Amino acid sequence: MLSEQSIKELQKILGKDNVLTSKAERICYSYDATQQSFLPEVVLQPGSTEEVALVMKLANRERIPVFPRGAGSGFTGGSLPTKGGIVLCTERMNQILEIDEENLVATVEPGVVTERFQKTVEKVGLFYPPDPASLKFSTLGGNVAECAGGPRCVKYGVTKDFIIGLEVVTPTGDIITTGGPTMKGVVGYDLTKLLCGSEGTLGIITRIVIKLLPLPEAKKTMLVLFDSIDGAAQAVSAITRNKIIPTTLEFMDGRTIECVRQATDLDLPETAQAVLIIEVDGDREFLDKQANRIAEIIKPLGVVETRIATTPEESEALWQIRRSVSASLRKVNPDKFNEDICVPRSKVPEMIRKVDAIADKYQIPIVNFGHAGDGNIHVNIMVNKKVSGDIMKAEGAIKDVFKAALELGGTMSGEHGVGIAKAPYIPLEITPVAAEYMKAIKRSLDPNNILNPGKIFLDDENTAAYGE
Amino acid sequence: MAKLKKLEDYRDEIERCVKCGACRAHCPAFDAERREGRVARGKIALANSILEGEVGLEPKVLEDLSQCLLCGSCCAGCPNKVHTEDIVAAARRQIAEERGLTTFGKGVATVLGRPKLMNLLAKSGGSLSSMLFKKLPKNSGLRLRFPAPYLEKERTLPPITAKPFRERVPEILPGDSQQPTVLFFTGCGINYMYPAVGEAFLKALKFLGVTVIVPKDQACCGLPAVSAGATKTIESLADQNLAAINRHNFDYIVTACASCNSGLGSIYAELGDDFEEMSAKVMDIFVFLDRHGLPEKLEALPKAEQRIKVTYHDPCHLRNQGITREPRRILKALPQVEYVEMPDAGTCCGLGGTYSVYHYEHTKRIAARKAGNVESSGAELVATDCPGCIMQLQDGINHAKGNQRALHILELLGEALPEGV
Repeated sequence: MLSEQSIKELQKILGKDNVLTSKAERICYSYDATQQSFLPEVVLQPGSTEEVALVMKLANRERIPVFPRGAGSGFTGGSLPTKGGIVLCTERMNQILEIDEENLVATVEPGVVTERFQKTVEKVGLFYPPDPASLKFSTLGGNVAECAGGPRCVKYGVTKDFIIGLEVVTPTGDIITTGGPTMKGVVGYDLTKLLCGSEGTLGIITRIVIKLLPLPEAKKTMLVLFDSIDGAAQAVSAITRNKIIPTTLEFMDGRTIECVRQATDLDLPETAQAVLIIEVDGDREFLDKQANRIAEIIKPLGVVETRIATTPEESEALWQIRRSVSASLRKVNPDKFNEDICVPRSKVPEMIRKVDAIADKYQIPIVNFGHAGDGNIHVNIMVNKKVSGDIMKAEGAIKDVFKAALELGGTMSGEHGVGIAKAPYIPLEITPVAAEYMKAIKRSLDPNNILNPGKIFLDDENTAAYGE
Repeated sequence: MAKLKKLEDYRDEIERCVKCGACRAHCPAFDAERREGRVARGKIALANSILEGEVGLEPKVLEDLSQCLLCGSCCAGCPNKVHTEDIVAAARRQIAEERGLTTFGKGVATVLGRPKLMNLLAKSGGSLSSMLFKKLPKNSGLRLRFPAPYLEKERTLPPITAKPFRERVPEILPGDSQQPTVLFFTGCGINYMYPAVGEAFLKALKFLGVTVIVPKDQACCGLPAVSAGATKTIESLADQNLAAINRHNFDYIVTACASCNSGLGSIYAELGDDFEEMSAKVMDIFVFLDRHGLPEKLEALPKAEQRIKVTYHDPCHLRNQGITREPRRILKALPQVEYVEMPDAGTCCGLGGTYSVYHYEHTKRIAARKAGNVESSGAELVATDCPGCIMQLQDGINHAKGNQRALHILELLGEALPEGV
């Protein structure tokens, strides 16, 4: 339990307004998008790196667990205060500190919302490509901690490919910087890459140095309907094989299309069993050529219809089909387990067949869509939590899906991270030796195991749990 | 008899929120102060905690639940289309029932830490309030919108008219028998503050040869009472209006106030079987005019040599129903208007029923952004379809020291139509 003395000290560090202690306030920081909730003892909203460092020093002295949080929109529980303690919310640290147009580098605080950052750099002709579905509300700090992805990652790479430097408060309350504003740098270990995707277990990110690209002049969107999922999956491999990497290559399977058709009045013919949304970007004159080339490559693979947008409005209408997926899925069942496995691109057709077999085995609807272009498939296991046995079926199916992905040389998670949701399955993917290598890092940096404990790896028996 | 739903009845709606956080991108109240209790997801968590008995109606809960404009922006951006505005309204009714309506008001004021200001205003502002409000009937929503002791001195409000609109016009204005009959639900804003809008309404319908009924005994729609959580007031106003409306034969109930439109069309529809038929006949004035060929007739009028730049603000209660094209079509067709679109025309003005009274500081922040958008459009006038928005937009512009004027589209339409048609 947090002592009254500690609360007073925290109030002194942060100011009373930034130490939230009432139950009502704590309830509002008890959840994230996993739909699980754990009540923290206090919620802190620091305004500076120094304040974060002082909080970590106090937390270490008092052995209070600290759970860093951005917007609380993660899918795996990375920000959930599973052991009570402190929720440390970075939202007040929300300044874009610098956009260096000469070096194409920006420096931001962690609480900046991703879309705001993108719009700001786009105003000066620059480009930050990572585009997680939550970009309108998730924060860059959270994006870095989880190494967020998104549709455009096919061509441009994920969050960590754009992060070249960080300022971090260590679990013991020291302040360090990693990397910096240079395009190259090999002095010492690459801590920047280690911290990207470390899910708030190795340090609290307080400043981010981001590499930017020139904003592409234009983009072109096409929507292709296929008569089979196999055709669509083969199209993905065929495009890649022909040395074309589109900006995005999103797919939806037959069941997804069925859901969208039922839930909306969007025009999707019955013959369509799979959809690919393909986008290319770059110089205007180059786009038509590339779109036509793609259309040519995929033509023999059972194409029912190809729609190419010629205006931004038409492009928006095509994307509307993809955007309506999430809400439409509820027509199948009210609850979903949203997994985000990733396999080598060429294995996408095989993975889809395996998922279909798993759906049959457990007699449970599974809907697939996602970023086919990089093999990252969103496998949505649809259940009704109120129907007894549904959750057990889902758990069985999830494990089988993970195993199938690993057999094909893939991974359990392409972008959502491990958190608590996937922690029990870690041994499927990471060998004991490799896991120990990782845990050794965690132990040495966070000797008291107070920074986001119990995330990624389940607690060891020998790790003293807080409050016991 | 009208009967509103209880918070308990919204359990399923509450469960449909998956806490994804999408509402964080759409909530104007959250944008004004980025705390989780301010956003739809947080309010739903609190409503659930009230139902589960995990929290009582403590000051922090009341404060967060009061921080909602009921604008429905969150629902528009929600992947599961959860109606947080309905959940919050139900929670406020429960609070008012358990604690009394004034306690809610007082509670809110207390947590805002402004008792001194309240007293000061109650004393020094007394004359202002009596001047403003003695002309209003006791159950008018305007009294809830601007309860005298809470009014900030710096707020700019339109004057209350000496002779309310409904007292100026006959109850029935006959038109062409080939044309439909319209029942004009004026609402308090037009009746007490903007009678010219009512006059323009009549002129426009006369132009089309439409018969208009203006029932003398219609009352406030009750929407501000929804915002305040005043269950009994809403129910009794609804009964009174139903009786006033059912006395007449008509084809449509037409409103020129987005709030009234939503009150009669959406809130009343949930009140019971008696109300369903009536609610189905409710139509916004511009939807009516658009469907009855007014844009074409306006296009036929000679264009003015010097046109005035006008932009449009979408009232939440129309935008949420998908009514965005019709008002713009009428505006664009007006001979004296050069239409320009402003950025974020669809975001809330910040009035939000009783919100602006208790959270004027936040309202000002929301309004300042809106005023900036009006400014950047280059428009001289910002037209809309809701007296509440007009009031709020003008207040925001005044504070931003802008020189634009906020007005109702009907005022521009009235100007454009030939006299004595």
